[in-house]
Amino acid sequence: MSAKIHDPVDHAGAAAKFITDEAHLTFHDTRLWEMRQKRDGQMHGVPEWQELRDLASAIKEHTLSRLPEYLEQFEAQAIAHGVQVHWARDAAEHNAIVLRLLRENNAKTLVKSKSMLTEECEMAPFLERHGITLTETDLGERIQQLDNESPSHIVVPSVHKLRADVARVFAKTIGGDPNNTDATYLAEHCRVTTRPLMLDADAGMTGANFLVAETGAVVVCTNEGNADLSANLPKLHIVSAGIEKLIPRQADLGVFVRILSRSALGSPITQYTSHFRGPRDGAQMHIILVDNGRSKRLGQAEFWTSLKCIRCGACMNTCPVYRRSGGLSYGAVYSGPIGAIINPAYDPARYAALPFASTLNGSCTAVCPVKINIHEQLYAWRRIIAEGGLLPAQKALAMRVAGAVLASPTLYRLATAAARMAVRRLPRALLYNRLNGWGRDRELPTPPKESFAAWHARRKKAG
Amino acid sequence: MSARDDILAACRVSRPPGDHPLPELPRFPRPAEDVLSEFQRSLAVMGGQWLRLVEGDDLAAVIRARAPNGLIRSAVPELPAFPRVDAVTRPQDLENVDIAVVRARFGVAETGSVFLSDHELQVNTIAYLAQHLVVLLDPEAIVPGIADAYLRSDFSQARYVSLMTGPSATADIEGVLIRGAQGVRSLTVIFTP
Repeated sequence: MSAKIHDPVDHAGAAAKFITDEAHLTFHDTRLWEMRQKRDGQMHGVPEWQELRDLASAIKEHTLSRLPEYLEQFEAQAIAHGVQVHWARDAAEHNAIVLRLLRENNAKTLVKSKSMLTEECEMAPFLERHGITLTETDLGERIQQLDNESPSHIVVPSVHKLRADVARVFAKTIGGDPNNTDATYLAEHCRVTTRPLMLDADAGMTGANFLVAETGAVVVCTNEGNADLSANLPKLHIVSAGIEKLIPRQADLGVFVRILSRSALGSPITQYTSHFRGPRDGAQMHIILVDNGRSKRLGQAEFWTSLKCIRCGACMNTCPVYRRSGGLSYGAVYSGPIGAIINPAYDPARYAALPFASTLNGSCTAVCPVKINIHEQLYAWRRIIAEGGLLPAQKALAMRVAGAVLASPTLYRLATAAARMAVRRLPRALLYNRLNGWGRDRELPTPPKESFAAWHARRKKAG
Repeated sequence: MSARDDILAACRVSRPPGDHPLPELPRFPRPAEDVLSEFQRSLAVMGGQWLRLVEGDDLAAVIRARAPNGLIRSAVPELPAFPRVDAVTRPQDLENVDIAVVRARFGVAETGSVFLSDHELQVNTIAYLAQHLVVLLDPEAIVPGIADAYLRSDFSQARYVSLMTGPSATADIEGVLIRGAQGVRSLTVIFTP
């Protein structure tokens, strides 16, 4: 592995590049806001929406508080229905299990549907290094695979690309007319080139949206039909699932299925809500239950509720910073507000910039269907990162100075008087330079001639 | 210790403090609209189509008319004229099917979804490899909401169940909605008891 990936993520720097491209920026911003508005439309059509959010949150908190019991119940149910259950402490163990299953079955080709967990485990490059040919079957994920890029959004992986980008990627990799940028043509081209790969695949892989402890069902919510084909065509179906995906009862799906796609895409339900409980005759079904940092996060008082996340992406669609910086600028598997509170749990130094990629407007929290207090967790991470000495140098200096000034009334009065004078009188070059982040791309406000304290003292005297 | 025991132990150590009771699930009121018209409206939103047979219509002829020269396979007993879905030996063998006919066990008015399990499909891939899917549905077999559907025991009587709602779709390229991604290009519900 290169040293580069452990460098701290420069979110602001990557975002600065993203916003220089007007066409991409405008589409990205508009498309995600449209998804947010469609979500609002669905919300207004469900009178019990807020009660569903309360229920979803309570069910998830309950499950997480009794996770060992529910995991054991799920495992017993799955085994009873002929599913083989595996456990992986971390990404390396997960990848090793997948490779072992493929080798035991002499499988050389693998088709898979979208799974953020396999991204998290960096499974695709691992398997390819070991001679497995892996094909992503979700359209957006396939585009990203062919372009050798990570997904930039957990629901719409290639949302940062325009149709001309897709035509260019396809022409370079799977053929097709680079000048035909019609979306229907491009999707059809992907369909006809992917289907033979699915028909011939030795193994199929899916993620999981929910694992039902009561019945052992693996629930997969998708729109394209690719997950059901990947699972139902080959004789080997491997499910990769984080341990936080558990829910207790089948009836709980009556809450979660109602809010997932409404929050994600603003559609009432996904085209396919599929439930896998056991292998077909003559086939195998395996489930890998993966920890990879989750049990540790469960013990973090301020952050354990981030495990409630059902990966709908609503917080990303509503976030003004995400919409204008693009998912790739987060330099992490999970981007947007949810990524900004999940990634630091893995590596606070590397992801120190992410909790600052927010205005703390709270919109993420307001749209979250499982009521994760995302903006409060962002704030908590800022504190931890500052206390850990992990702030970027410029921010650290500013904070140290501000801390000293704000702690002393005398210093504060001096400083505000100086600032009023400075903004009025100093040359622009001194005010708008690299040390003043607030002066970049925006004008500083004209300060009042006197402070509130001075005005108040004058009024009292006159009074 | 095994990975399993390690993970379970780690989750026990990390158990969040406090009582977090499992809530009862209330039954929310459903719209006054009758379930059949709500089902039709919801299905249309998700890109599905529906039709009602009228007096004198022959089901086989209605379906044949949709693909006069195409390969039609059926998983329902009432259409013996078409080759059976389960006559193939491998799920891959269904790749050239133009129209597949299946019968849903029930429908869901809230979303326009139909319940199809491995029992109804016979071969699961038929619902995805066929170019077009025709779903027979008894108009009396429609439950009001998704929450009602999940109170049924049908889910735990099958190894595979999909609630299908309209045809396969994608909006991954510039948000342009395309019906017919990797699965069927159209899904038509025919109401017949």
